[in-house]
Amino acid sequence: MRVLGVSAFYHDAAAALAVDGKIVAAAQEERFTRKKHDSRFPRHAVAYCLREAGLGLGDLDRVAFYDKPLLKFERLLETYLSFAPRGWRSFLTAMPVWLKEKLFLDRLLRTELDAVAGEITCDPWTKPFLFPEHHFSHAASAFYPSPFEEAAVLTMDGVGEWATTSFGVGRGNALTLQADITFPHSLGLLYSAFTYYTGFKVNSGEYKVMGLAPYGEPKYVDLILTHLIDLKEDGSFHLNMEYFDYCTGLRMTNDRFHRLFGGEPRRPEAELTQREMDLARSIQEVTELAVLRIARHVRTQTGMRNLCLAGGVALNCVANGRLLRERVFDRLWIQPAAGDAGGALGAALAATYGHAGTPRTVVAEEADGMVGSYLGPVYSQQEIEGFLNAQGYVYERLTDSELFDTVADLLAHEAVVGWVQGRMEFGPRALGNRSILGDARSPKMQSIMNLKVKFRESFRPFAPAVLEERVADYFELDEPSPYMLLVAPVQEVRRKPLTEEDRRLFGIQRLNRPRSDIPAVTHLDYSARIQTVSKTTNPQFYALLKAFEAKTGYGVLVNTSFNVRGEPIVCSPADAYRCFMRTEMDALVVGNCLLRKEAQRPLTADSDWRKDFQLD
Amino acid sequence: MGAFLMELWAFMRERKKFWLLPIILVLLLFGALLVLTEGSAVAPFIYTLF
Repeated sequence: MRVLGVSAFYHDAAAALAVDGKIVAAAQEERFTRKKHDSRFPRHAVAYCLREAGLGLGDLDRVAFYDKPLLKFERLLETYLSFAPRGWRSFLTAMPVWLKEKLFLDRLLRTELDAVAGEITCDPWTKPFLFPEHHFSHAASAFYPSPFEEAAVLTMDGVGEWATTSFGVGRGNALTLQADITFPHSLGLLYSAFTYYTGFKVNSGEYKVMGLAPYGEPKYVDLILTHLIDLKEDGSFHLNMEYFDYCTGLRMTNDRFHRLFGGEPRRPEAELTQREMDLARSIQEVTELAVLRIARHVRTQTGMRNLCLAGGVALNCVANGRLLRERVFDRLWIQPAAGDAGGALGAALAATYGHAGTPRTVVAEEADGMVGSYLGPVYSQQEIEGFLNAQGYVYERLTDSELFDTVADLLAHEAVVGWVQGRMEFGPRALGNRSILGDARSPKMQSIMNLKVKFRESFRPFAPAVLEERVADYFELDEPSPYMLLVAPVQEVRRKPLTEEDRRLFGIQRLNRPRSDIPAVTHLDYSARIQTVSKTTNPQFYALLKAFEAKTGYGVLVNTSFNVRGEPIVCSPADAYRCFMRTEMDALVVGNCLLRKEAQRPLTADSDWRKDFQLD
Repeated sequence: MGAFLMELWAFMRERKKFWLLPIILVLLLFGALLVLTEGSAVAPFIYTLF
């Protein structure tokens, strides 16, 4: 059973290919086109998936798209009708693209796939398409690759067709959704409203709000719960639409919302004040409260011990960490590509198991089907050297042991190293194959990486990658977190107490006070977004961490995605070299090749490169 | 277009929403006009709802 899944036309376009339920390849289109959150049909990603599997379109048994266009159109029309005559501007903005393209999705998909068939020279796709529902695709991406034979499944996002939150049960190859909350009542859209209001970009700045939250106080929680959201004990909720503009306008919030919180939305890139921090903290607490109540209800209703999560809200790793700590479920598994890109994977798996009835076997309780989410393109050592030689770039070719030793040494001396190995990650996190690495012990590393390497806001925290078996030595977490989707506190013994002077500081001023012996990855509230690295799923990265541990005694590194602000994570050696040269990174490792910055010639004719990327 | 109309009919039967038919037909007529113009769906400050 060979199935291609596709997500496109809304957020992150992606393609995924499953053969008999095994995920062979998955990638986001943005990584190839170098346009962040590229939502166009994922021609490059589809072509890559087929190449990886050695298949043509004619060899496939099913092609599935991740949502139902007519159902979504129904939601649009009913929403516009119920608010009419308000909303005419939004209506006029939405209709052209629907009447020209999205309503005829079948034809659009066929045209695009024909173009792919032409490019890679294969037979075209001639059979019908499958259209699983948006939340079913999310649920399938959460349950089918999970290490559980049976589990409850919870999906929460902005909106798909109608559903914004849904839950159900997966058992073997069967997956059923039992209940949902529908548009316009949405936890994801509530969070996005605050993303907009605090001056960040909707659908990409949500994780900045989450990162900003520890700087603030939860001053607005009561206001939010009293006026914006009616949150019931069972987790069901109802938004007061008098405060939101997204059903009828082209903004998330309206003037009444602005009056409630005492001012206009912050302008993008304007200075962050304590008010935005307090707002961020407040919406984060409300979200956590809602997620916990929903999860408790799901546990009661399903009686399951394990929970699988997907949908954009599942990328809120602070809420996930809380869910784990409160032990609502015994075990938690979160799809690493929890956003819409993962919908492509879910659609492929829904078609494989749900539609075609392929039997599902769980290999082991410990191993999931995502193979570390390393599902993207790989470049052989020969290809890497061919590229470097052709460009005339200066590099050293090292053996494995020389490489780990040399790079560990560089890192221990506070160098910032770009690290490209093996297959690219699927999902928004770099997990050690397209990463920028640094020394977590260094008090100045966060500032260096934010301002000189990533060119992003100084308040943004960095995440640690830690040897799986040593996670409990550093953090209050005693289980794997391979996808950087759980936040947990740094161990008490490692924390540095605050002085009286520290306590008097507010907001961003508090940033530069080291808070533990691994300050670069310790957030203001002593939390960390943890990635555990296992020898089985990523032997190269594991070996590097071991080498670093041998030199320093610390089996932990800063791991951030290999890109600058607004740029998609690098895919190829060429992308990596370009990003390396544009920033103050000290060294780049691609495969077994080490490139030192001081040995390179500066890039010419690249002075305006920041214009290539829109700030996110 | 024939396939689309059949699919639309099946959808309305399934969802029991025949009242959508006149609206969709009028919109399709508008759509025919819009094809001749370059419309865009740029909505920078909002979650992509459509």
